[in-house]
Amino acid sequence: MTSPTDAVSAPSTPPGTRRATGARFAVFWGAPPLIWQLAFFLVPLGFLVAMTFWSVKNFRLAPDSTLANWIFILNAGFFRSAYVYTFWLSALTAVLASLIAFPAAYTLAYKVSPATRRFMIFMLVVPFFTSYPVRIYSTQIFFSPQGIINTVLTPLGLGPLQVLNTATGTIVGYMVLVLPLVVLLQTFALSNVPRILIEAAHNLGCGRLRTILTVIIPSARIGLIVAGTFAFVLAFGDYVAPVYLGGSKPPTLSILIADQVKSGNNWPRASVVAVTMIVTLMTVMLVMLGLAYGKRGAKR
Amino acid sequence: MSGAVLRRGMLVAYTILVFGFIFAPIVSTIVFSFNADRFPSLPWGGFSLQWYEAIFADDTIKRGLMNSLTVAGATALIATFLGFAAAYVDYRYRFIGKSAYLALVALPPTVPVVILGVAMLTFEGRVGLSGTITGIIVGHVVLSAPFAMALVRMRLADLDPDIERAAWNLGATPWATMFGVIVPFCLPAILASLFLTAAVSFDEFMIAWFVSGLNETLPVRVLAMLQGQVSPRINAIGAVVFGVSITLVVLAQMLIGRRLGRTAKEG
Repeated sequence: MTSPTDAVSAPSTPPGTRRATGARFAVFWGAPPLIWQLAFFLVPLGFLVAMTFWSVKNFRLAPDSTLANWIFILNAGFFRSAYVYTFWLSALTAVLASLIAFPAAYTLAYKVSPATRRFMIFMLVVPFFTSYPVRIYSTQIFFSPQGIINTVLTPLGLGPLQVLNTATGTIVGYMVLVLPLVVLLQTFALSNVPRILIEAAHNLGCGRLRTILTVIIPSARIGLIVAGTFAFVLAFGDYVAPVYLGGSKPPTLSILIADQVKSGNNWPRASVVAVTMIVTLMTVMLVMLGLAYGKRGAKR
Repeated sequence: MSGAVLRRGMLVAYTILVFGFIFAPIVSTIVFSFNADRFPSLPWGGFSLQWYEAIFADDTIKRGLMNSLTVAGATALIATFLGFAAAYVDYRYRFIGKSAYLALVALPPTVPVVILGVAMLTFEGRVGLSGTITGIIVGHVVLSAPFAMALVRMRLADLDPDIERAAWNLGATPWATMFGVIVPFCLPAILASLFLTAAVSFDEFMIAWFVSGLNETLPVRVLAMLQGQVSPRINAIGAVVFGVSITLVVLAQMLIGRRLGRTAKEG
């Protein structure tokens, strides 16, 4: 058993022990991520759902199985209008951001050198690592009555521009949040369109606009839809832009949640709002994925 | 021909405009953090470091910075370990329920942070974690572990699975193979992941806002300051946060970039 050939051909430990080591090894690496995300991601989310059936008695939470929170929130006028407002604003953001980003993504994908493209892509990652509340604070100052934009516009007779504390302000803030990501995802989507398709379209006498509409956009469809969906998801869940640029009026769903938790201390009602948001987002994502990966549809 | 040049020029000009919109708030934060005037307006009031002096003299801000650094450090270590483990399991094993396993690890960033925040608060309130630094770390790990997993998984995609099997056949234990082959191979991705998850944690404000209680992190302090009046100190904090995060991201980028460069040379 001591010769080198034996050591190579036969494992020094019996096969049974080896299998046990293998299993212990797999569990050592597999279990921690599973346990952590179960305990601190899935359980809290499940707890959030359970809490929607709890009751608040004398300002104290009590485990319960009442539908009162659901009935109250779903029938509350302030919730319904906030829901419609948030949904509409986020959808508008997704569409606007997609339209605004497209020419820029098109330029980055087709009109600049690869080195420039790489640099610009790196630049687009930078905003994710700057403090978003600080960026919103800066935007607030830009648009304030004595801010830079109005000091430029007023002498031209175009101002003063009222953006703060309006829905426009909220949209501007959403753009600060989502535009870097949308441009980034669209650039990736357009870069992946096979060049041969575009050249073939040109050779066959297809005009620029027609190439974009009939070749590039359909080929990049999945990426474009994913980009728009991300814009919707980010805007739908954002709290900072509607508070500091939209002035909290009318409130969005995240403002309702924060209010119920921070001042009302009514966690069950906040949970109901949060669960409706999760359900909405899951529905939107499923619909959009169906749209992205589904059949080409009647268009063709 | 000049039509094409004109069109390209217009597209480039438009792109610069879009980038201008994206970067205007960041640039103005940095520029006005050095402004001598109290009010951030044009013309610029001259160079001054007074707002930096003011924030470093403020105990609540200093404490916030310390809390943020503690949380970011701990988050980076735990999230990178968990992300590495999950990436390795995805790389090495096939088992029933694997896609559910991966979804569980990868999904947290798709849930809006405001919802993660409430969920964390209600849950941590029950188990006595809310208001503690540990409570913030727990939430930040959930959010940033998927980024760690993605980075390590990309690196492992370049490792031939047969190498590990060869090591086993030559008599190396799985543990020896792990620390002799897999971990050294993944080292650039592991380091990149440490920096990236630290940066994600350092900037996160919503979960921390719900969970932190009295142990505010720096971004939570900023959120509280936003409710007050115009204060150039926010610019100075923003610039500091920017400096820390960008340093971490550039370090991460350099490590990933080196990997790409090497692969390109080998290929």
